[in-house]
Amino acid sequence: MIRFVVRRLLQMCLVVLVLSMLVFAWLRSLPGGPVSAMLGERQTEERRAALEAALGLDQPLPVQYLKFLERAVQGNFGVSTKVLPGEDAFQVFLDRLPATVELSFLAMLLAIVLGIPLGYLAARRRGSLTDTGAVIFSLVGVAVPVFFTAFLLKYFFAVEWNLLPVSGRQSTGLDATRVTGMFVLDGVLTREWDAAWDALKHLILPSLALATIPFAVIFRITRAAVLDVLDEDYVRTAEAKGLTARVIRARHVLRNAMLPVVTTIGLQVGGLLAGAVLTETVFSFRGVGDALATAFREKDYPVLQVLIMAAAVIYVLVNLLVDVAYAIIDPRIRTR
Amino acid sequence: MSRTRSVAAWTTAVLAAATLAGCAESQRDDDGSSGGGEDSGTFVFGAAGAPEMFDPFYATDGETFRVTRQMFEGLVGIEPGTAEVVPELATSWEPNEDGTEWTFELRDDVKFHDGTDFNAEAVCANFERMFDQNEAGQTAGEYWGYVMGAFKNDAANSLYQGCEATGDYEAVVTISGPTSGFPTMLSLASLSMQSPTAMEEGDANGIAAEGEGFSFPDYADNPVGTGPFTFGEYDEANGTITLERNDDYYGEQAGVSELVFRVIPDESTRRQELEAGSINGYDLPNPVDWQGLEDDGNSVEIRDAFNILYLGFNLDGANPQLKDPKVRQALYHALNRDQLVQTQLPEGATVATQFMPDTVSGYNTDLQPYEYDPEEAKRLLAEAGAEGMELTFAYPTEVSRPYMPDPEKIYEALRTDLEAVGVKVNVKTASWNGGYLDNVTAGRYDAYILGWTGDYDSPFNFIGTFFGNLKENDFGTKGMPWGKQLADDLKAADAIVDEGERAAAFEEINGQIMEEYLPGLPISHSPPALVVGPGVDGVVPSPLTAEEFDSVTVEGGQ
Repeated sequence: MIRFVVRRLLQMCLVVLVLSMLVFAWLRSLPGGPVSAMLGERQTEERRAALEAALGLDQPLPVQYLKFLERAVQGNFGVSTKVLPGEDAFQVFLDRLPATVELSFLAMLLAIVLGIPLGYLAARRRGSLTDTGAVIFSLVGVAVPVFFTAFLLKYFFAVEWNLLPVSGRQSTGLDATRVTGMFVLDGVLTREWDAAWDALKHLILPSLALATIPFAVIFRITRAAVLDVLDEDYVRTAEAKGLTARVIRARHVLRNAMLPVVTTIGLQVGGLLAGAVLTETVFSFRGVGDALATAFREKDYPVLQVLIMAAAVIYVLVNLLVDVAYAIIDPRIRTR
Repeated sequence: MSRTRSVAAWTTAVLAAATLAGCAESQRDDDGSSGGGEDSGTFVFGAAGAPEMFDPFYATDGETFRVTRQMFEGLVGIEPGTAEVVPELATSWEPNEDGTEWTFELRDDVKFHDGTDFNAEAVCANFERMFDQNEAGQTAGEYWGYVMGAFKNDAANSLYQGCEATGDYEAVVTISGPTSGFPTMLSLASLSMQSPTAMEEGDANGIAAEGEGFSFPDYADNPVGTGPFTFGEYDEANGTITLERNDDYYGEQAGVSELVFRVIPDESTRRQELEAGSINGYDLPNPVDWQGLEDDGNSVEIRDAFNILYLGFNLDGANPQLKDPKVRQALYHALNRDQLVQTQLPEGATVATQFMPDTVSGYNTDLQPYEYDPEEAKRLLAEAGAEGMELTFAYPTEVSRPYMPDPEKIYEALRTDLEAVGVKVNVKTASWNGGYLDNVTAGRYDAYILGWTGDYDSPFNFIGTFFGNLKENDFGTKGMPWGKQLADDLKAADAIVDEGERAAAFEEINGQIMEEYLPGLPISHSPPALVVGPGVDGVVPSPLTAEEFDSVTVEGGQ
């Protein structure tokens, strides 16, 4: 197992290196750039040239890349040009990460807590009204774009009915103490319950929007997996042995059905960042997704490079964790 | 997992959480929450973007200046609601005969937020700080470079030549020659007065180029000015900037105890937040929402237009037909600008007759708008042998500017008019930061729409920016026989000491530009607006979009 993990980590380093090259070249091939973002209407050829020279953007691309690499191995990924000018790009990522982790965690929790039981229930009552209703609901979840769901949720729950906040992470003037950067957790740790509750209220709509796709996928995979397992001989055998329904459900049905579900959950975690870009933009939620959108609009190369590569690393790591979890759930994999 | 291992794992997790909780103490005051919100006299303004930093000298964008303007003041200020220069930290100023030495009499009752004195020495320390920049600082200190021309290492080409404290509260600033922009330019937020002590302690000039950006010194996050608000905190994670009332302010105290800027990039979200009551105002509401906002009890504050939208030509480019003035006149006659202003621009927008708004000195009142006359346009095109001419005409996407709230709609109206007189338009588009500005600068379009909002009340800030730099202007006037003459005339007019004579010279140039040269087609002036919610009073809309919020009060709080 350890050799497997080490090998995968080494592969990840290679992936990151190749990706850094591709991202570096791709960003610079796009029209526009940090210089035009900084100068706006005020730009002239002369001013452009001066700023490009000062920032080293006039150098040939391979030279720029090697300089970037040289700095990167020392842990210096450059400073942000627009998202938070002057701040280390990696620090920008670290600053924004807690918000996205908090949002993704709640979204995933909702998706799992709702998706697995509903999937199980739908499979057990296959063909019933519950089953049909849940399947249609999940289809809508997959089919409707995240930003549209986000707009709808915001419009009804925040604007029309005024039940929840419109945007942001916490109300102004709360004087909340910051510890981890995850505002709900911070409120709990410092026992500033009003701050925790306020942050949670800000999280509900974005996490619901973000949860729609993973929920739909998890629901459908659970339903299909449970249906498969229910037909297996060992379930019939267990029933014939006279085991209680509870034991059969927990030990034989759910545990075996969980294998594909765990894989799916892992893949969905990796994909959450894509949804976070849209959700965070709609709700002005200052996480990694919002930073990515701003950085792209303003062509903040250092921040874009860090965020894209960090997303890749997270994706690879999550997949690795999924494989490890797989091995824990299914002992046969460990022995192979 | 066995039950024992499971219990062990849970115990570890609970212990870890308990340890973390033990480390995390609330840092609130004993009275718990500071309250905030509108009840305690807080004015919350929805900002479209985050500030770049808090040292205005290195800043370039409006969102930063909106914040720093509340904390800093200049030697000269702007009369609220106008673009007129008025005394601020200087009570009066007087030039010598040739307009090269300016004596500023200063207020003697001002202290910086750190308690140090504002005096003539502080003024000169500020000028020297701005003048003496390292290489990175010269690039980042864009506004100084723009108005002064150069820094200390190239002193011969700098407008600023020196500063001398001739008394405790009297400073003499020497400039290389008279210009319409001085001392008006000292009202720019970038050239505000900052505490020399704080700047020294925070190594204010310690800027460095690092990778593709600039790293800024500590001072940029700990600014110290003289204004009615002091810096509170920047909660980056929550996107809020809090300023606090300066209780030691020499002038009238600010109407609210706290001023909060909340970053909400999306315009429709800002509107929703206003409706929900979680912010008290925001900038640049979409003109189509103005009536709805008013109907909901908000107050839409319309600024006087201090901008210009124009259709620019690349006269030195690939389309030789544009060099013929008859062609440019024809295209101007083809445009139904009255209709455009009525249908695509906000209430209060006007058709432009020249490249500056009528509030700027040097505006030529005799000029009349080019009439909408498609027949005349066709006749002129025929005369120039340009019937059915092709025009690569571009507009930007993903942007809204005060002078063009919706570029695509404006463009469509202009394109329809041009096509109606037989011009074949090749539509080009690019996003604002995704190539549009670069392409305009590089002269890749025959024609484009662009505009300008004045930095301060000076004719040169408008037409000098467009045509005064012969080598480097978007209109490509270097390719025209009159390009150099126009640039020279503009510089000569700008150097006239007598204000009346200077204004007359600029009026004449405006006439020449429109009647003789026509390097581009001025389209319109649009009044941008800001909106405040019910209960908010005292917002004075500024044509320069430079509102000062010290006069704002919020009902129910103090």
